[in-house]
This record gives sequence, C-alpha cells and structure tokens, in this order.
Amino acid sequence: MTFVKPAFRHPGLPKNKIGFRKADYEGAISTLCAGCGHDSISGAIIQACYEMGVEPHKLAKLSGIGCSSKTPTYFLGNSHGFNSVHGRMPSIATGANMANRDLIYLGVSGDGDTASIGLGQFCHVLRRNLNMMYIVMNNGCYGLTKGQDSATADLGSVSKAGSVNPFEPIDLVGLSLELGASFVARSFSGDKTQLVPLIKAAMSHPGFALLDVLSPCVTFNNNNGSTKSYDFVRDHIEATSTVDYVPEKDEITIDYEEGTSSSVVMHDGSLIQLSKLSPHWNPTNRDSAVNRLQEAKAKGEILTGLLYIDPKSKDLHKILDTVEQPLNSLREKDLMPGQQALDKINASFR
Amino acid sequence: MMTVSAVNDMVIRFANVNGTGSASANEMFAKAIFRMGIPVSPKNIFPSNIQGLPTWYEVRVSEQGYLGRRDGVDLLVGVNPQSYAKDIASIKEGGYFVYDSTKRLHDDFIREGVHYIGIPMMQMCMEHYENPRHQQLFKNIVYVGALAALLVIEMEVIQNIIRAQFSRKEKLIPPNFKALDLGYQYAKAHYSCPLDIRLERRDHVGDSIMIDGNAATALGAIYAGATVAAWYPITPSTSVVKAFETYAKKLRTDPETGKKKYAIVQAEDELAAMGMVIGATWNGARAFTATSGPGVSLMSEFIGLAYFAEIPVVLVNVQRGGPSTGMPTRTQQSDILSSAYASHGDTKHVLLFPSTPAECFEMSATAFDLADQLQTPIIMMSDLDLGMNSHMSPPLKWNDVRKYDLGKVLSADELEKIEKYGRYLDVDDDGICYRTIPGTHPTKGSFFTRGTSRDEYARYSEDSDVYERIVDRLAKKWETTKSYIPAPELFQQSNQNERGIIFFGTSSYAALEAMDLLKQKGIVLDAMRIKAFPFNSTVADFVDSHEEVFVIEQNRDKQFRALLVNELEVSPKKLTPILNYGGMPITADAIIQQIMKKLPATAPLISTNNHKSKTL
Repeated sequence: MTFVKPAFRHPGLPKNKIGFRKADYEGAISTLCAGCGHDSISGAIIQACYEMGVEPHKLAKLSGIGCSSKTPTYFLGNSHGFNSVHGRMPSIATGANMANRDLIYLGVSGDGDTASIGLGQFCHVLRRNLNMMYIVMNNGCYGLTKGQDSATADLGSVSKAGSVNPFEPIDLVGLSLELGASFVARSFSGDKTQLVPLIKAAMSHPGFALLDVLSPCVTFNNNNGSTKSYDFVRDHIEATSTVDYVPEKDEITIDYEEGTSSSVVMHDGSLIQLSKLSPHWNPTNRDSAVNRLQEAKAKGEILTGLLYIDPKSKDLHKILDTVEQPLNSLREKDLMPGQQALDKINASFR
Repeated sequence: MMTVSAVNDMVIRFANVNGTGSASANEMFAKAIFRMGIPVSPKNIFPSNIQGLPTWYEVRVSEQGYLGRRDGVDLLVGVNPQSYAKDIASIKEGGYFVYDSTKRLHDDFIREGVHYIGIPMMQMCMEHYENPRHQQLFKNIVYVGALAALLVIEMEVIQNIIRAQFSRKEKLIPPNFKALDLGYQYAKAHYSCPLDIRLERRDHVGDSIMIDGNAATALGAIYAGATVAAWYPITPSTSVVKAFETYAKKLRTDPETGKKKYAIVQAEDELAAMGMVIGATWNGARAFTATSGPGVSLMSEFIGLAYFAEIPVVLVNVQRGGPSTGMPTRTQQSDILSSAYASHGDTKHVLLFPSTPAECFEMSATAFDLADQLQTPIIMMSDLDLGMNSHMSPPLKWNDVRKYDLGKVLSADELEKIEKYGRYLDVDDDGICYRTIPGTHPTKGSFFTRGTSRDEYARYSEDSDVYERIVDRLAKKWETTKSYIPAPELFQQSNQNERGIIFFGTSSYAALEAMDLLKQKGIVLDAMRIKAFPFNSTVADFVDSHEEVFVIEQNRDKQFRALLVNELEVSPKKLTPILNYGGMPITADAIIQQIMKKLPATAPLISTNNHKSKTL
C-alpha cells in the first residue's frame, strides 16, 4: 500500500471540455480500508465531475463525521472542503449556499451521520429544497467505532459479532419521498455504470438531490447475514431503470421505445434518459415511486435507480426570492443604507 | 395622611392582564412623557405565557436622567383584581392607587397610607362603546386620559401619538380621543388635579430616541452588511432577527427586481442556526444569529468548531434568567462563563457588553468587523432588560465613509502571487492567518476546514507538536485580540480612591446612579465600565491600584468576578461581589445597600471634590 500519490501524470492523458485531466479531480490518497465501497463512490464522483467539466474550485464539498465524511479529502483536491460536526453538515451547507448560490454543493454523509444525530437536519435541508447533492454512503454500520449497527441497518441483519438487529431501519429513500424531496435516487457503490449518470443528474438538479448509495463496509459489515454486504446487495438488487445523463450542451437525441424508456428534461435543458425496466412506474410521479418502493420492500428487493425527480423544482433561493448575484459578493454600495436612512429611522423612534 | 410629592421624579406602575391590549396604552403614556422633554425609562415586567396572567409595565420618570430601575411605586394603575393585593402592597407610603371603580373595591384591599383614585373605567366604556373588544381596549385609553389630568400630561402630545399610531386606520382616532377625554374629564371632576406628584415640560431629552436594544442590534447588523441571518425563536432575542427582517425588507430589497439582498432562515433549532451562520461566513458572507442562554448551550459544539477552525461568527446573546428554562421573561447577566468558554476543550470567546441601545447598534456593527478580522466567534452579551425594553438613547450614528473590514481574505490576484498558500500560517506573527473564500481561484487557495487538528496547510494531523503549535497560536491571537476590542471606560477620579467598582452591560444605569448617590454620602469610588472580554491591561491595572473593587453583576455565582480572577490572576479577596439575580433589573439602591454593608465602619468619608459622573 502506498501513502504517497505520485505527482507525475502522463502528458498525453485526455482532457475534458474545460481542459482538465481526470487527475485534476482527484484528492489525497484514501485512508479507508482497501475495498471500501466509499472509495468506489469517490471514484464515481471524480468520474462524474470530470465528464461534466465541473470547475473544481466551483464545487464545495461538505461532510459530517465518520468514514464517509472523510472521503471529500480523497476527491477534488482543488475544491474547498468542510468537515463539520457529526450530522450537522446540512446546516453548514445551507449557510454556504445562502452566501453563494453559484457554487455546486456536494454533501457527503453516512448512515450514522444522517439517520441518527443528523436526521433532523437532513429532514429540514430537504424541506427547504436546498440546491445540493446529498450523498449518503450507506453501509448500515459505524465503521469508525468498529461496527455497531446504524439506524439504517435492516431488521434481522446480523453484525460481524453475530448480534441480530432488533429494530426497524430508517429508509432514507422512503423518508425523502415522503418529505417531498425533489430528487431521490438509490444506487450501489459497486454499480458505477448506474452511479455516475445519477451523480451528474443530481449535480444538475436545481434543488435537493438525495443519492442513497449502498456502500458495503468490508471490515465490519460484509459478513453472512448482513443485508448491506456486497454479496447480499448484488443478490437482491432490482433497478427501476438504467440512466443516461445528457448535458444541455450536448446534442440531445431522444430515442426510446414507448413503454420501456422515458426521458426527463431538466431546468437547463439537460436530459435524463431512462431505459425503464420497471413497469407502471413514472419517475416524475411521487406516488408511483412510493408504490414501487413499497412493492420492492415487500419482495425483499433493493430498488435502485432514479426513483423520483421533480423537473419544476424551486430551490431555497427561488423560495426566498433572493437576488441573482451571490450574497457574499455584495458590498457597501449594495448593502449600506447610509446616515440619511438612519436619520429617518432615528426620527421614527422619537 | 402622608402624600408623596415630586415633580418629574416618580415611578408609575401599571398592573394589567396579559392580552388585553394594555401594552400600547402604557407605551403611549411613557412616550408622552418623553415628548414633554422629560427623561423616562419604561420596563415591561411580563410573565412567560400567552395571555390571561398578570403583567406589569413600569415607568420611571427622572428629571436627573437616571434610567435604571428604582424601587418603590409612587402611583399604581391597577386594573387586574387578580394581583390587587400584591400591587397595593408595592405602593410607597403616601402613594396612589388608580383603579377601576366600576365595582366597589373590597375592604381587604384598603391600606392605610395609600390614596385611592377610583375611575369607573369599564362602566364608561360600556356606556360609550358597543363592540365588546372596544369596551376592553378603550379602558386602557381611559386610564391614560385620567393620568393626563392627575399628573399633567399635555393632551396635545398624547393626541399626536394617537394620530401617528392610527395614521392608517383613521376611523379609530375619534374613539381613542373620546376614551382619552372620558378619563381626563372624570379625573378632573372628581379629584383634585394635579396630584402632588406631577409632570412639567422640560428640555432634557435633546435629540434622544426611545428604542429597544434588539432593534438597535438589528440595525447594527444591517449597517454592517450582514446578508445572512439564521435563527431559532427564543425569548428575549426573537425581536433581533424580526427587526432585522423588517429593516432588510425596507432597505435591502432591490427596487428594480423586488428581489432580496439578504436571506433569512428560521432554522429547525439553535444547532442548525449556528451551523448556517458558520457555513455562510465560511463562504464569505456576513452572517449572524441571535439567541439566549439555552440556545448558547445548544450552539456550543458549533461555537467550538468556529473557534478551532477559525471561522467568523456573530452571535447575539440576549440573556435571561437561568439555569435551564429558568425565568424566560426575566433578566440576568448569567451567561458570562457559559459564553466566554462555550464548548469543550480549551476555548475562549470574545464577548462584547453593550450598555445602551446606541451601543447595541455600534457594537453589533463592530462585531462583524471583529469576527472577520479575528476569524473567531464574537458574542454580544445583551440581556432582556436592554433587548426588550425601550431606552432613552442618543440617536444612532453611522459614518458614511466607513468600510467593512473583512480582515485577512486573499483575492485571486493575491493568491496568484503566493507560491504555497497555508490557511493556518502565521504570516504576520499576530496569530491571525489568511483565509480564502471558496470559488476564488481555480488551482490555488483551496483548503479543508475541519474541527480536527491539522497543520499550517490545513492537513489533518494528530502530531503533538503540530497540535501545540495551533493552540499556542490561538493563544497568541487571543493576546492580539486585546488591542482590537473596545477598551474599558473610566469614570470619576481614576485610581485616586482606595475603592473602585467594576460594572458592565445594563448594570451601568444603576451603577452610575449609585455612584452619584454615594457621592452625596461622601463616598467616592473610582469606576470602570468594561465593554469587552478579553480584558486588556487597564483592567488589571485598575484592580491592582485599588484596595478593594466592587464587582457589580446580575447573577448568583459572581460569574464576571470569576472571569476576572481566572483571566487576570488577581486575588479573589480584592474583588467584592455586588449582586442582583431576582430577575428584575438591578437598582441603584441595591448597589448602595450592599456597598454600605461591606464598607468598614471606620471607612473614611472622602470629600466629593465636585466629582460628576459621566452619563452613558
């Protein structure tokens, strides 16, 4: 295992449309366990940002506390990062977004971080439809403290130590649909083909985009009886669709067979093309998504893919009706009313 | 029978029922006196509930300009039979009880030494108004009219206040005038007007305004360029953000697009409110929150993060009675230690102690500069008395050439010239490092903000040497801070007397009055008003140069004294506590009594030498 990342990159490596190489989207070397699902997600984020041509410094990556929350160090080294306190990343992201609506906000959290201490903030950042991509790296356990069950661990799931989880799980996808999230998707860290386009679509979505990514913990939750192990997830995965994301600037061609595929046009003209695998399911209909999720649950399936999207999503800034210019760029001439206005205010208090 | 007798020097108290609309009538009364040029200081004394329980409003009138609370009620307007017994007991010997005589007063409430002035308020309202709500509301105006006759308030002044108040509901003006007149005429016809306590027009308020501290604080935030406010409602701080919103709507809405140049979010709790402030300031906006003691407890984890990760934060703590839920609608200065050392580990925070609304405005504006300059939380320590009560104050002033001081923030051009940027490098040897705002430069200046230990380049590290370097630098920054924050104010003959007093915040009103009254007894104390923490060297000098220093504060556990002892390493024996913690603002009398008790019987009475204390 190496602890130093070589700085050398082959000059002939391909560049994306803004002239960056894929290596420009990498971060420090990961300190997570070899084989950790989280590293695969980091890889998918790097891939998605490279393909999208995101300017690294125009993306802010924020996280809470835990294994997953360490990952922002391992991607997009030229982005500002914020590793906040346990479960309270959503409020930091909210403040950051209020200050500057022009950056892309990528929140990374874990199941412990989001579904326990952070559950309240998760619900509220979703409710406010903050324009951010919120990735939950969900492994159903606490890795940093050596494998305790988290709140997303399934009822009856067996831990590495052999204990059986007696509690119902919190399903962040079901919860998000119920709370009114404008973009809800679930994926698997081992399915990069599905994950990368979902990340791209989530980044383009003007509102809160939840990506719940099952990401097995190879060290503490990859045993027999665990419902978040690689083997279990691979055996029970059921995709609603395969997704392709077509950015606005590319030529958009719609080519799908009625009944098997559909497409969603996003606010900026980008397109999410879905090759629909699941019958009676419409990704822009919340009820449809809820029903399909319940069906899957009853069958013991893990439903993945883009489950719901509201193409008319209005984010927090739209709701608050703030100016287009980022608030952090306003200065005295925009903000200070001056002594004359103060004289009037003084007079109102006499 | 004895009768209290005074001109322009009295305490009038109104005993009402919460929710009956008495507040605006009471405020009208106080404002009328203010507009007659007489210094006045009103205070709401209200319960922590929605309606139906007793509530009081107390107005101190003081020609000399003493604006602290004074014990003893000269005239009480009692319209709440629920609290009659307690109210009548609070009246000074020879004082007055104005009550609704629609029903006969029970014999139990007749106290010798009190003058009873019955006005059949309800009866008159029943006769003149049909709407039941009006019958109740105008009762309040009836007693204001009666007081106008009894105490001599110029009717035209009150009428102008009513006109202004109902300028958008003009049809309510005549019935208000009528109620006023009903009370006035009844008092004139049935009592000898004026009473021995009365008012006379003066010219003692100059260009002062009457404003509460929370509104002034909000205006400070507006003028400082705050664009983000995140908060969670809690008494007594709620009106800070509400006022910010009101003024932002007026002053910060783009006239062309109608869009807002500010963002306010009512968070789900105080934890989130503080998180939002941190996120916003990390991202280069000026942001703040306002809360009270329980909120500070909840925010503490984040305050520690902001301290360690060095993120500017402005927090307004409008203190109330603690601990726990304590007395939510009563005042104290009891969050001194929990604010100064909020959060775990070795943390210290800058505190500002405003004493007046004008200072709330100025300190609020300054707090944003300080937060940016020092990259640390700045906590403004207001309290319920200052925040929620109207105070006579010099008008708010702003220097139009004043610029926001954003501190050490690197621009893209500056980053371009730097070979290797280190977020936590102490380039200037003052403990304050250079920060960058996300999105500034494509390849330079990004860093990772975290609450864990890291090196000068913001790289995670648990190395002891690295950690010690960080916390030692933060200690150095703390020393630097002392030259940035407002210096203490000295009163009277500094360092010339054996004894001194130290006070801060709202205790200052009573402390200044106590100094004057003690002087009349021949006791002159040097005095220092502290405006900020950390304490600079003048505070240590002041303590060192006196044999004994009285420390006036409004909490049980001598928290400010503890801070002085801890931070200045002075002997606790030199610092004598003068305390008040019942939830009501401290009075000059309480200070004097405690000081007198602690003075040795042989204490020399020093001649006064015409010392005159400054007003705030």
